[in-house]
Formats: sequence, structure tokens, C-alpha cells
Amino acid sequence: MRFWDYFRTSKPSTASMAKERLQIIVAHERGSHAQPDYLPKLQQELLDVISKYVQINRDDVQVQLDRNDSCAVLELNITLPE
Amino acid sequence: MSKIIVVTSGKGGVGKTTTSASIATGLALRGHKTVVIDFDVGLRNLDLIMNCERRVVYDFVNVINGEAALSQALIKDKHSDKLFILPASQTRDKDALTQEGVEKVLNELSKTFDYIVCDSPAGIEHGALMALYFADEAVVVTNPEVSSVRDSDRILGIIHSKSKRAAMGLEPIKEHLLLTRYSPERVKRGEMLSVQDVEEILSIPLLGVIPESQSVLTASNQGVPVIHDEISDAGQAYLDAVARLLGESKEHRFLDLPKKGFFKRMFGGTA
Ligand SMILES: Nc1ncnc2c1ncn2[C@@H]1O[C@H](COP(=O)(O)OP(=O)(O)OP(=O)(O)O)[C@@H](O)[C@H]1O
Ligand SMILES: [Mg+2]
Repeated sequence: MRFWDYFRTSKPSTASMAKERLQIIVAHERGSHAQPDYLPKLQQELLDVISKYVQINRDDVQVQLDRNDSCAVLELNITLPE
Repeated sequence: MSKIIVVTSGKGGVGKTTTSASIATGLALRGHKTVVIDFDVGLRNLDLIMNCERRVVYDFVNVINGEAALSQALIKDKHSDKLFILPASQTRDKDALTQEGVEKVLNELSKTFDYIVCDSPAGIEHGALMALYFADEAVVVTNPEVSSVRDSDRILGIIHSKSKRAAMGLEPIKEHLLLTRYSPERVKRGEMLSVQDVEEILSIPLLGVIPESQSVLTASNQGVPVIHDEISDAGQAYLDAVARLLGESKEHRFLDLPKKGFFKRMFGGTA
């Protein structure tokens, strides 16, 4: 560390930028590679059921499967209109 | 029965061959009969790192094609009588490694060897897939740098989904993170991802951290795997990693800079 760098510690380091970018891209890629092929159909059927009661768009229903060592979590994210 | 260990990374040039040579040598030094196979068909390099390039007569593909017996292709290491090298072919294309052929050779090797170390080519194509397919354990070599970490994550995905153990629903391949070319100084300056950062992103157990070291180049110049250089930081780090691979617990070293005094820190203490 050079003398003047001592007084400029508030700037985020490039390493922390790297980490942040990696966390985002890795999470994204893990999600897209490992999704089972029934998910689009599941999404469509959920959409059909919900549409019986409220008016929503396809994008308002998000379905994602997260796996870790011991279990799998099916995450449903449904955004209802105001 | 032998244990098959693949040394893989996705990204090229991160230290797979350096690591394969040192880990195989280290296992042999610890008394285990070990063979190291170069899967980098077309671009063999392990022979150079192990200093046996002038003794290559037959190679892995010759054995697969039945053009040579395994015993004719195996090269005995100069330093250890427990270590053998199976070189890659310099001329063939990658498809020469068929799954059945690789399996046949591995089965034959497992009759006499305790450990089979597979030096994977870069990439996620056929050659890399063949290197990891039959593995029991995987050493994922990663540099503290964005593209290497991302590629390691991709190769982990392939280990999870495309290996034999995954395909057959067996117990998953045991994964190890080996962080290489690590520079504590640059980490401290905030210029390089730290061990903790990489561990957090990849979330697999840490086998070791190999510092960025001039001794690696010196060793490859001479054709002596760096693990033989017991005075060097990289050599010691590889010795520790091999011990951990064998189930010993060893504290991680070379993660921090040696402590410096106040004045040195203030005035050009980076050298
Ligand atoms: N710890 C280290 N310190 C310094 N240099 C290193 C270190 N590890 C590897 N290297 C250097 O990095 C370069 C690439 O190493 P190596 O050939 O082992 O990588 P690789 O992953 O096998 O490459 P490829 O993908 O082409 O097969 C070499 O020049 C080697 O000397
Ligand atoms: Mg290599």
C-alpha cells in the first residue's frame, strides 16, 4: 500500500466488485442449467389456475428450483396486480 | 481397488498439470502406488513437467486402440518407483478417447495402483468429460480471478450431472477446492479475491491454497514437480494438500503476509 492509499480506503476494492459480480452470475447460471424440464408446464398450469381468479401475465408467475446438499426448494413467486 | 482422482478446472492455464504432477508425486512419496494419466490428447505436457518426454514410446490412445500393451506405455518415474506416467497422444484428435476405451484402461490400472490421477484438458468438451467421468474424487483447480471461478462452478455442475456417479445415482464425487496462484499481498490490497470469497462462491471444501510462486517455473524448467522442492512455499503447500487428501488435518498456510512494522507499511512496504 502506498502512502496516499492510506487515506483513500472508502472506495470499494476491485476484489469486492469481482465477488459481487460472481455471486450474481453463478447464481444465475446454476439456476438455468439445472432446472428440471417440467418447470415450464408447471408454470403454465399455475398461471391457468390463478387466471381463474385474478388477471395476471405470464411474467408474473416465476417458478424456480433450488437444490442444495440435503433438499430441494421449489420457489414460487407470484406478483398480483395492485 | 484404486481411487480415481480427476484434476480439473474448466478454464485453461490455471495449474492443472502442475497440480497433477505434484499430487501424484506426493501420493507416491507417501508410499502409495500411483499412476498419473495425461488426458490432454493433442497437447500433452505432463511428460515435460515430469521430465519423461524423451522416454515416450506409446501413449494412452495406443493402449485404448490395442496398439500397445499398458505395460509398454507406462513410464516409470525417475525419482520414485511407486509412480508411473501414462502420456497423452501428441497427434490424435480428442475423439480417440472413447468412454469404453477409457474405462478399460482404468479397470486394468485399478488392479495394481492405489491412486489414479487424471490430468484433465481445459474446457468442458469431450476430453474434460472423459477425464472426470469415472472419478471418485475431483480436485477443482481455481485461480482467484472471475473467469476461473465461474468456470470452476460450471465444471462442478458437470460433475454433478454428467459423471458416472451422477448418471448411476451413486454417492457423488468428493469435491475439493484447490486455490492456486494465490497472492496474499494482492488480496490485502483488495485487488484479488480472497480464499474466503472463493470458498463462499463455490461452497466446496478447501483442499489447499498454493501461493503464486517462482519455484513453480523453476521446477517446470527442470522437469521436477514442485512438490520435490520442499523449501519452497508452493512445494510445502502441495505437501500439505496431499496430506489433507489422505485425510490428515493440517492448518492452511501461506494465506497471509508476514507481519510488517508500521514504518514499512507506511513507506513502500509492498516489495
Ligand atoms: N502456483 C503457481 N505459481 C506460479 N505459476 C504457476 C503456479 N501454478 C501454475 N503456474 C504456471 O501457470 C502456467 C500454467 O500451468 P499448467 O500448465 O499447470 O496449467 P494447466 O491448467 O494444466 O493448463 P492447460 O489448461 O493448458 O492444460 C504454467 O506456466 C505454470 O508454470
Ligand atoms: Mg495442462
